[in-house]
Amino acid sequence: MPNSWLRALLARYGAGVGACVLALAGFWILLLILLPQLAMVDFSFRHNLPPAAQGGPQDVYTLEHYAYLVYGSGQDGGFNTVDLLVFGRTLLAALLVTVADLAICYPIAYLLAQSAHGGWARLMVLALVVPFWVNEILRAFAFRILFGASGVLNDALLGLGLVAAPVDFIRTDVALYGGLAYAFVLLMVFPLYNALESLDRSQVEAARDMGASVFATHRRVVIPFAKPGISAGCTMVFMLSAGALAAPQILGGPSSLWFTQLVYQWFNTGNNWPRGAAYAIVLLLSTLLLVLLAMRLFKVRLAQLGR
Amino acid sequence: MTAAPAGGMKPAVEIDGVSVRFGEFLAVRDVRVEIAAGTFFSFLGPSGCGKTTLLRAISGFVQPSAGEIRIGGKPMTGLGPNKRPTALVFQNLALFPLMTVAENIAFALEMRDVGRAARRKRADELLELIALPGQGDRMCHELSGGQRQRVAIARALAAEPQVLLLDEPLSALDLKLRQHMRSELRAIQQRVGITFIYITHDQGEALTMSDQVAVMRDGGIEQVAAGKTLYDSPASAFVASFVGENNLFRGRVSAVADGCATVATDVGPLRAACQADGGLREGEAAFVFVRPEALRLAADDMAGMDNVLPATETSREFEGRFWHVFLEVGESRQPATAAQVHGGAGPAEPGRQLRVGFMAERAVALPAGPLAAE
Repeated sequence: MPNSWLRALLARYGAGVGACVLALAGFWILLLILLPQLAMVDFSFRHNLPPAAQGGPQDVYTLEHYAYLVYGSGQDGGFNTVDLLVFGRTLLAALLVTVADLAICYPIAYLLAQSAHGGWARLMVLALVVPFWVNEILRAFAFRILFGASGVLNDALLGLGLVAAPVDFIRTDVALYGGLAYAFVLLMVFPLYNALESLDRSQVEAARDMGASVFATHRRVVIPFAKPGISAGCTMVFMLSAGALAAPQILGGPSSLWFTQLVYQWFNTGNNWPRGAAYAIVLLLSTLLLVLLAMRLFKVRLAQLGR
Repeated sequence: MTAAPAGGMKPAVEIDGVSVRFGEFLAVRDVRVEIAAGTFFSFLGPSGCGKTTLLRAISGFVQPSAGEIRIGGKPMTGLGPNKRPTALVFQNLALFPLMTVAENIAFALEMRDVGRAARRKRADELLELIALPGQGDRMCHELSGGQRQRVAIARALAAEPQVLLLDEPLSALDLKLRQHMRSELRAIQQRVGITFIYITHDQGEALTMSDQVAVMRDGGIEQVAAGKTLYDSPASAFVASFVGENNLFRGRVSAVADGCATVATDVGPLRAACQADGGLREGEAAFVFVRPEALRLAADDMAGMDNVLPATETSREFEGRFWHVFLEVGESRQPATAAQVHGGAGPAEPGRQLRVGFMAERAVALPAGPLAAE
């Protein structure tokens, strides 16, 4: 069993092409993903020293940046409540965005995969894809215009007399959650569509014929079948929402920071790369852990995600 | 669980003038059939004849454009498949791949909130019925084709339907298994005693299993009868050519008298049985059908035969129990086949001149109708 995929690859494409594919994949994973991340891990355990002192006697490994996230500057012996709150809020909000995207995209993907035919299906896919031709930052600003105090939505609500004064969608983070959910719709729709498309229509009919309601049909037949797609979509949306920067920067309220903004501040304005690296590592590991926990909870195996 | 007598009961399913239209296309046209309770009833026809659409109309996946379907006397109009006392066995079975065999079988009970223990008990009973005891905890993909077939039937039976609908469920099986499943299906039907409605394009399946067969063509019913009646006295030229093998002679009616028609064909006048109300009139285009096994072959004498024709043997095929003898009949060299029992008087070698004869009552004369042009 081990290396059988390797032998199959070489047998299929010959030694030359096979080696090239392996080298490219290896380059991608090792040089572009693994090594930079390892460099970040290394950074996060070092003191923030001026260039002159780097490599000197002071340049030893330390846990100070991780400790800072938990305890702050450590003068009053309390916790770094501000950063920890931002961290918790970011994960919760990312979860919320993921659930919202799942709720929006499941019916769309189901319709696309099971009911829409030919022209209609293509039109629906096009309608989903076209907005993503627009740059991410422009889209975020468009949402700002949409949700702003004198924005389109408020104008409409005021015009219809539904509200007396403009609603502050920005401060209440409605714009942020909306923008994030919108940004990752495609990443949820396509894995779901992929999974649902291979569902045999007659299984849905069989469930109906056996007396199942629409809800029961989805609960017992469709959703279990689509589970690998659901977890793939949720994983991507959750990881990317938690790691988003542009949307929180533009759409976030003045008092609500996203954890990535803290990372950005340490790297950029704080000029403290080791601390930024430590914060980024904590975010990466905790989102990864949450995803693995959720997969364990919903009994999805890692290998199924690729299906 | 008693064996149900065939016929003589109130109808389980009444199909009353049902038509199904898809846009411009009339898939089912004005079908009227009554299906007696406790019988095995088949709809037989070539692909595209509307039999599957009719089955989907009975199960509730398709609403008739006209007419009404009644099951157990109750009109089904407007009721979805989950509200009807029917259960459908799908052509591809549609077993749920992520559930065990027992979960599959008990699915209908689960949907009715039957408790776990009761569900399991019923699933085990049904596994007993389909001769798969103790297989409840396996997954469906671990079973063989024939076993999956039986699980699909058990799952449908668990819903305790008044009518079980089967959509060509044997078509995916190999020949040996298919023949075995025919008798298996028939036995299950007799054990549970409910009405089975079976859809097939395979006349062998329809004839061997069914109490009654409805032959369909172009969305309409051609004939409803027991298998033997279909074979011996087809009501239309289509039924005669679709059910079983038949030799066909085209011609025009020259005389009709006492249930016997004389048809002028290319090979000469042929005498054949016809129905009193068969609609045969003098001068009309007609077909004469003769089964291969009704043809007699001899080198010389054919005393007592109503129809005798000169013939030339072209080839023969060994079929095991009998020979298929291919002939050219008469001056016009009309092709024909005859069945000659293996071990009987051996047929002549190819090219040999023969005489072929058949009795008028073993042949059927029918109006050509819409088939005249073909």
